[in-house]
Amino acid sequence: MNVQKWVQKHNQHITYLTGALIVLGFLSKGLFHWELGYTATFIAATLVGFLPVLIHAWQALSVKVISIELLVSIAVIGALFIGEYNESAIVVFLFLFGSYLEQKTLQKTRNSIKTLTEMAPTKAWVYQENGQVQETDSDEVNAGDELLVKTGAQVPVDGVITSGHGYLNEASVTGESRVVDKSVGATVFAGTLLDNGTLRIKATRVGEDTTFGKIIELIEEAQDTKSHAEKFIDHFARYYTPAVLLLGIIVWGITQDIRLAITILVLGCPGALVIGAPVSNVAGIGNGAKRGVLIKGGEIMNTFSKVDTLVFDKTGTLTKGQTELVEMKAMPGQQRGLAYTAAIEKESDHPLGRAILAYAEAHAIEYSHLKVTQTKVVKGKGIRAVVENQTVLVGNRNLLTEAGVRLNQEQERKLTEMEEKGISTVLVAVDQQLALMLGIADTPRDGVKAALAALKAMGIKRMVMLTGDNVRTAQAISQQLGIDEVHAELLPEDKVGYVEKLKKAGHTVAFIGDGVNDSPSLASAHIGIAMGSGTDVAVETSDIVLMKSRFTELVHAYGLTKKTVKNMKENIVIAIATVAFLLIGLIFGYIYMASGMFVHEVSILVVILNGMRLLSYHTKHAA
Amino acid sequence: MTKVILQLEALTCPSCLQKIETGLAHQEGILKSKVLFNSSKVKAEIDPDKISAKAVAQIVSKLGYEVESVKVKES
Repeated sequence: MNVQKWVQKHNQHITYLTGALIVLGFLSKGLFHWELGYTATFIAATLVGFLPVLIHAWQALSVKVISIELLVSIAVIGALFIGEYNESAIVVFLFLFGSYLEQKTLQKTRNSIKTLTEMAPTKAWVYQENGQVQETDSDEVNAGDELLVKTGAQVPVDGVITSGHGYLNEASVTGESRVVDKSVGATVFAGTLLDNGTLRIKATRVGEDTTFGKIIELIEEAQDTKSHAEKFIDHFARYYTPAVLLLGIIVWGITQDIRLAITILVLGCPGALVIGAPVSNVAGIGNGAKRGVLIKGGEIMNTFSKVDTLVFDKTGTLTKGQTELVEMKAMPGQQRGLAYTAAIEKESDHPLGRAILAYAEAHAIEYSHLKVTQTKVVKGKGIRAVVENQTVLVGNRNLLTEAGVRLNQEQERKLTEMEEKGISTVLVAVDQQLALMLGIADTPRDGVKAALAALKAMGIKRMVMLTGDNVRTAQAISQQLGIDEVHAELLPEDKVGYVEKLKKAGHTVAFIGDGVNDSPSLASAHIGIAMGSGTDVAVETSDIVLMKSRFTELVHAYGLTKKTVKNMKENIVIAIATVAFLLIGLIFGYIYMASGMFVHEVSILVVILNGMRLLSYHTKHAA
Repeated sequence: MTKVILQLEALTCPSCLQKIETGLAHQEGILKSKVLFNSSKVKAEIDPDKISAKAVAQIVSKLGYEVESVKVKES
């Protein structure tokens, strides 16, 4: 046991020693023509380097796994037996040195994710019963504990502020590196930084249950979530190694040629094939994670790279979702309509309602004294309520038409004019008379048009916008953004229906939404992409999360998955080509043990280096 | 049921995965286990009456992989 630990710890030194002995061996023959020294050093090199290989082989065998180390071990013993000391020494050295280089390069590909996980909070200051604070490992904090967070410290858990106030940098969770002012009652997230202030918080979620913890876990799992192709290779490799051993034995049995048999064992190591695809995957996911694009695994990489149809939700996805009342036309004698509308919207959380309230607040319109009764939400149309004994309708044209409220020619003209500008309209009728026409604008996110154009250039064939808004507003927005297809006045279930229809028509569909009210569509599409500024729902229901809710991230994600899938294919081709090359070399007698091992190790490094190219991938479009 | 998360030294060969997975699969008391290659972690669900988290860590280190930390989550 101790030998084993020691060997493991000094693996690197053993590798160097083996290498040094080999050099010595060549020197004693080449320089001093000392045959005995040559043989002795090569035997020594073989034995030294063989130790760690043999230990690994034995450990695997004890759990009934036929490992690559076992193949190499048998080959080395065979080589010693037939007196090929230099071959055996070079094989163990290359094997050890190759593993060492693999380890170093793999570390690089994993780095971007590691830096992310290392951002996880480790320390917390917990209030004890006597009122003192004590430093505690953040893993040991329980929900319900009260914690102290000081300036410059990381919030260790998800929680609610119970006293104090401060400025928090929430970049690690929302992706927005903007400082947010929070005070008593506000929620704070694990992993965020308190820029300034002092907070006392009550822990609501700790460790892996926090939003940050979930993001980390998701990325960690993602790197190891394999595509079908990878699973197939894994499965294949599981039988491949024993098969090679068997082949070696059969060849030896038939030809009695130990040299040939052990060469087969060395050549049969499934090196580049098993490492090639995972390396591309981890590098691709790491690249995404660094740039705010969370991709949940290899199969999602694969599917998203084949997507040809993008379906967008409008409000909150293509647009900022920050609505603003930009136009108001009151009918003569109907000014009180706005106060009524505000009183009704006070209870709703609709984005259009929020804009109306904000406007009412800004213009000091008094509405809190108004009595609202019999409020009824008409899905997809608006709200009907009774205010101060008058029936009030707030909603779209359909709501008014159905209630029998007619618009005159002048009103119709004005309404159309607003809609054609891409402004959402809200109509208000009091006692069956049109009282107000409100125009509410929601500006498109920055850079949407350029991003959509870039996506088209990269291979997206069809873009569809779905919205609950009216047709004219929807068309105006889609024209501004360059989207070819619009379906307006939809209810949430209609959106799912459209996604299903596109799927049936044979398209590979990605749905992009804000993850709040469109999770059915996110789930139904082949790929669900959430524009989620760190909301749990977005992280959980979608396949890809765009942390900063930017369209440049969408372009990056699409380009990255295409690139990663291509990289994976390249690696598989390299691996198979290597095996073919070795096999042909063996048949024609050009390849022996040591040279075979060399080619193998080189091919492994080549696929890792090829995978590493993905780390620096970025689109020209991305800022 | 208890969840155990072992952080191992960096895993570099995919065949290590197979070794650890098979090594853990037939242990009494281990209900489910998964090895994450890239984050070099073992996640296992165990029956605490039959096996301890420490014993799980020992099995893995006996297979030749250094266990850097052990996290236990009761549920």
